[in-house]
Amino acid sequence: MADNVVEDDSMCRIKEDDYVVLKRGDIFKAVQIQPKKKVIFEKQWFFLENAVGQLYSTTFEIVSGVLQPRKPKDTQSSTDAKEAGTDNRNIVDDGKSQKLTRDDIETLKEQGLKGQEIIQQLIENSSTFRDKTEYAQAKYIKKKKKKYENTVTILKPSCRILAMMYHGREPGKICHLRYDTLAQILTLANIHAGSKVLVFETCAGLVLGSIMERMGGFGSVVQMYPGGGPVRQGVESFGFPAHFHDTLHEFPICHVNALLAGTLDTSPDPSPDSKQSDVAVKEEQIHETLQPKEEPQDSKEEQSMETNSGADGSHDQEKEEKEKRMEAKAEEKKKKQEEKRKKLAAAAALLEGRNADGLVIASRFHPCPVLMGLLKFLAPSRPFVVYSQHKEPLIECYTKLKEQGGTVNLRLTDTWLRHYQVLPNRTHPMLLMSGGGGYVLSGTTVTMNRSKTAGSQQSDEPAPKRLKVTKTEG
Amino acid sequence: MLETVIMKILTVLTMSFVEYSDFIQDGDVAIVYLGHESMMPVKVQQGAQTQTRYGVIRHSTDLIGQRYGSKVTCSKGGWLYVLHPTPELWTVTLPHRTQILYTTDIATITMLLELKPGSVVCESGTGSGSLSHAILRTIAPTGHLHTVEFHQQRAEKVEEEFKEHRVDHLVTVRNQDVCKDGFGVTAVADAVFLDIPSPWEAVKHAKASLKKQGGRVCSFSPCIEQVQKTCLALVDQGFEEISTVEVLLRVHDVRTTYFPLPDFGPDPSAQPDDAAEKTPPAQASVTMKITVPPRDIPGHTGYLTFATKPRT
Repeated sequence: MADNVVEDDSMCRIKEDDYVVLKRGDIFKAVQIQPKKKVIFEKQWFFLENAVGQLYSTTFEIVSGVLQPRKPKDTQSSTDAKEAGTDNRNIVDDGKSQKLTRDDIETLKEQGLKGQEIIQQLIENSSTFRDKTEYAQAKYIKKKKKKYENTVTILKPSCRILAMMYHGREPGKICHLRYDTLAQILTLANIHAGSKVLVFETCAGLVLGSIMERMGGFGSVVQMYPGGGPVRQGVESFGFPAHFHDTLHEFPICHVNALLAGTLDTSPDPSPDSKQSDVAVKEEQIHETLQPKEEPQDSKEEQSMETNSGADGSHDQEKEEKEKRMEAKAEEKKKKQEEKRKKLAAAAALLEGRNADGLVIASRFHPCPVLMGLLKFLAPSRPFVVYSQHKEPLIECYTKLKEQGGTVNLRLTDTWLRHYQVLPNRTHPMLLMSGGGGYVLSGTTVTMNRSKTAGSQQSDEPAPKRLKVTKTEG
Repeated sequence: MLETVIMKILTVLTMSFVEYSDFIQDGDVAIVYLGHESMMPVKVQQGAQTQTRYGVIRHSTDLIGQRYGSKVTCSKGGWLYVLHPTPELWTVTLPHRTQILYTTDIATITMLLELKPGSVVCESGTGSGSLSHAILRTIAPTGHLHTVEFHQQRAEKVEEEFKEHRVDHLVTVRNQDVCKDGFGVTAVADAVFLDIPSPWEAVKHAKASLKKQGGRVCSFSPCIEQVQKTCLALVDQGFEEISTVEVLLRVHDVRTTYFPLPDFGPDPSAQPDDAAEKTPPAQASVTMKITVPPRDIPGHTGYLTFATKPRT
């Protein structure tokens, strides 16, 4: 038993180039481990090199920019109060209770005192600490710890941690999607290994990454993207193994109409007069201008290297080389185009069967047209989930779906998330809670009713008995 | 046409709760959708019949070979849809043998326990298997669920269901008392879930079942006193990141509503000929799409307490 633990451990160690999450208190930050890279987190700066080889979830002490694994907790018993008051009737706020001045504290810091030691000094020099109640003392220590303890924990990324991080740090980037709402989306869409899922998101890739995590590298995900290219910054932070990326496909939403009409051309040799390939090329150009790859940099480097080495060469030679380079560049571009076309063809092939197993939409775009367009790619009896920061566009989606038919089980919901402080004799809900985590419309596809076209709005409800419902929902 | 359908049936995988299939086959569990909040599970059997309020469904002709998501017309002329089973549909249709966990809590538990394909999970009690099905869906095809239920009849019944739903290869049901005997496994789990009356008595077993590398634990309790005892036990056992949350679902029913407009009487400041034309009819109103909350909503299910077991 103990033997295979060693093997497992290699998976738990921090490696160079790993994507990790830094944690201090409730604050998270996603970074990549790179040598000599300075990281600033929570007003502290440090280098991550020392973390390499350490186990995930290790807490480090920051000593002048260097991470040192914290020794096994020397429990806080030293700061545990022996004396405590019962109430605050004799505590007066005169601003003089702390005998240490700001300068004194700065000096202590400069002397390289550990956070724990500074806190001890603060307690010893506080004239009111002993009169405070046990609870107030605990609160005081907690507050000071937050300020003076220079620690950071390095975690392995997960959907839970990244969703909390984005919601805490950059909610605007993820359309204010709260993590409990993301949890609902993943469950309501029945995301699991082996299925074929369509995703349309503008949440920095967080939703896409969460879906990929739940699929574990089994099945396929087609990311429908707007504009020049898919945004996947958040996906990278998950640090998925390479084979996960084989299951990820992408399809530009601007080709959806062509695909539905059967006019999308993905054949190997696009004729120059084909409109579709023109669009594809244009698309690619946009893509390239938007996301300059390393390639141009590389060629520049090559250029300078070449000019250095061939400084005494004749002009003819230089010209020749220039032409060669141009050719190579054109070749490269062609290759890239071909790759892109292959990718498009692969994604189109996945979509063409119109038998996807799930659809997730979470974007800043109007959800209604997106939903109506993409729903067509779903097999019957499959779940779909639409997220929106606001309720009103989802009401519109609901109404449209009811009119159109082809779906059942429609539900427009949102969730409340309440955190609790649970401490002996001090249990209560947290004073602050998140006001809004967005709204979710979910449902299940069914086969379209082809026999009767007229009055579908009414016939969508199963029976005359349910007239009450039709009246209110129709 | 029929031949191609039959060919398809032969080539597709059989339905299970962890894998989609396109066509209904003998032995499947299908969900019959009769209307909103009115669904029932049906075990599909050649020659069998099921009574619904819209008439009878004949399995051989109405179900077997049909596509999931199809509309079925019943004998009385009424109709319904047949849906592919999912853990979420199962949760709202399963036969209750105990109180069950619903999708809102399940979704939160799944994410905050960091469940994914390959996760090894310990659960107690199994109860009616509502959460178990959701866990199995998420950890398939490479994970495993060790579930403990001290009520013998319930343990047997749920085991039977796992077989019927073709997920029995992913789960081990143990009929024992988790507070006394633990989960029956040590140092294998990535996550532990407790839904028992005295979770604090099982915290040490939870710790023992979790991997050496650590893992996540969640306890579901309706009462705050239970939460307090559990939190103390978690601290005692060296768990970290202890956090208690409550998640409530709000459903918004979409309706059309009419707001009548009051008649302010003729407007003397308006142009005389204009006013004559625009006199509003007596019952003027504005139509709007609005949402209303349901009359009664579940105000409390339980507190969810999460914690991390650090590496030991």
